[in-house]
Amino acid sequence: MSARDNILARLRAAPSGVPAPPPDVAAWHATTGGMDRETRIARFRANIEAAHAEVHDTDAASWPALLCDLAAAKGVRTLLVGKDAAEGDAMTAHADAKLQVLRYEKPASEWRNGFFDAIDAALTPARSALADTGSLILWPDARAPRLMSLVPPIHFVLLDAASIHADLYEAMTAERWADGMPTNALVISGPSKTADIQQTLAYGAHGPREVIVLLMHGTTT
Amino acid sequence: MSQPIEFHPSFAERSKAAVNDAHLRRSFRGAMDFLQAKRRAQFPDAAELSDLRDLGAAIRRYALANLPDLLEQLEATLTANGVKVHWAETPAEANAIVLDIARRRNAASMVKGKSMVSEEVGLNHAMAAAGIEALETDMGEYIVQLANEAPSHIIMPAIHKTKEQIAELFAAKLPGVAYTDNVDALIRVGREVLRKKFAAADIGLSGVNFAVAETGTIYLVENEGNGRMCTTVPRVHVAITGIEKVVARLEHVVPLNSLLPRSATGQAVETYQNFISGPRKPHELDGPDEVHLILLDNGRTQAYADVQLRATLQCIRCGACMNHCPVYARIGGHAYGTTYPGPIGAIISPHLLGLESTYPLAFASTLCGACAEVCPVRIPIVDILIRLRNEAQARPGSTDATLRGSGAARTGLVSAIWRTWSMIYGRLGLYRLTSWFMSRGRALSPTEQGAWTQSRTPLVPAPKRLRDLLKERRR
Repeated sequence: MSARDNILARLRAAPSGVPAPPPDVAAWHATTGGMDRETRIARFRANIEAAHAEVHDTDAASWPALLCDLAAAKGVRTLLVGKDAAEGDAMTAHADAKLQVLRYEKPASEWRNGFFDAIDAALTPARSALADTGSLILWPDARAPRLMSLVPPIHFVLLDAASIHADLYEAMTAERWADGMPTNALVISGPSKTADIQQTLAYGAHGPREVIVLLMHGTTT
Repeated sequence: MSQPIEFHPSFAERSKAAVNDAHLRRSFRGAMDFLQAKRRAQFPDAAELSDLRDLGAAIRRYALANLPDLLEQLEATLTANGVKVHWAETPAEANAIVLDIARRRNAASMVKGKSMVSEEVGLNHAMAAAGIEALETDMGEYIVQLANEAPSHIIMPAIHKTKEQIAELFAAKLPGVAYTDNVDALIRVGREVLRKKFAAADIGLSGVNFAVAETGTIYLVENEGNGRMCTTVPRVHVAITGIEKVVARLEHVVPLNSLLPRSATGQAVETYQNFISGPRKPHELDGPDEVHLILLDNGRTQAYADVQLRATLQCIRCGACMNHCPVYARIGGHAYGTTYPGPIGAIISPHLLGLESTYPLAFASTLCGACAEVCPVRIPIVDILIRLRNEAQARPGSTDATLRGSGAARTGLVSAIWRTWSMIYGRLGLYRLTSWFMSRGRALSPTEQGAWTQSRTPLVPAPKRLRDLLKERRR
């Protein structure tokens, strides 16, 4: 008998306990109340700002210029964008001599040390966001790989204000996550932090020190 | 007369040393007050909290009621997603699985995200014995490992250390690092040292907060980003978990993670919720080529076999029970001598290690019930503590002795006392006679009553029995 068979056999041999009906998450969620679009945007903003992220209002046409200004103000000289990513094309078109736009083109294993040392900031889109916890949802893919939101000290995130859900349950059900999960889905609620030394909060533990949200209004999605 | 319960000497010694350590007492008192206040602030609405705890408990009970089926479903969905699933009955088997993966990949080093199960199996020692460096990367775990210590809290491993102690540790152990007790500077030091390690490591090891059977997803939460580093940068990711951490459906993680961070550290949400459902796909540019999940039993099936003790496995490892425990707050995590300290440690450790070495933990409780009152998944911790006390005193071979090490606390003297007690209380005439002698002979009560009189006045029978008082009233 393998370890697997032994463990399962012991579990199956155990007496059945008190009946445990399937939990009703939908019914619980229904009691938490809905939010209109303006409330979702306001709550998202208040919550993620409380978690030390920055939020800047912008729109589909003007965000690249805003990003260039923010990058200059923060001393960002190298910005990583995804290969074949629309927001990467927009930044390449806008960037000036002070901001070098780099593409994430080859597998991370081939340029690991450079990746860990040379990049000041990365730009990725957010798939959607959550109002109640002030969270960004990222589904990394080849156009916005996982390490972009983790390794560079500053993470710029492009978010469509129309895509903000009330909470994770709503996002998960509306976007039908259970029908097919990506390799890695992420819910990010601000910059990396730790309170492991004497309960003193410090930002930029292992991930980005700063998360900067470019909140796009006026889209139709 | 000696106290009937004889505490395990090492636990008694450790807890005695801990309560006399003023520095440790201050660290823990401060941290517990801080965590209790933060949790309270997160749950302003008692009705909302109560409903959420009901749902959390229902989700965990449902998962346990269907545990064997869900584990098989989890194995099937993970396998379809390209994750290799391993089963281990013992810590040695779990370590052998990790070593086998490491040897196949010629691994020299491993970076670790926070995993209490890896502490439970002694993974770091097993790796060191095989010549593989296993480095903790959670800041608290890194500090504790650098100091050659064990975590003293399951969520805040270095809670027993002050920033000055950490400053001295860094200056002494890390080349080129000068003494600074500035917390931001200390964290920057850790960040720089560990970045190089992430980049160079062959294997990343992590724990699991929940494993979702429906989608084949490993769900991990954290604040620092080291968990994401360990599960993304190295070419191989090995996750290790107890078999109880499975949940049936993806949506079940939502209420559980509404409870977890608020109960644990009093924060509304963690910085990172990481859903991992497979290794890197061919077109993707990062992420590990291999993902493994190790499902560990190590005594959990013993808890599962008992309908009452099964509730122990509902635990989501938030640590709220220890944060609110008057005993834990005074002796700290190390005194327990087990991987999991505090109330949850007292009720889970007997299954992992046997009652022989762990029964004193069930007695090191006032049964005040603060733990059960804050438990987000409503584990009846007090009932389980009492049950474990009974198991520890059970006569081996009797129907009351159902666990590994049942009867470990039983001694000839204790058995004789209870036999006498039972004889007296079972016979009315004998009871009347004994109580008459007790009340009349109270002056003969010993003034030294073992451990009882170390910090209390001696026990003396009342001058009049209840039946005497009632007789007087009737007159």
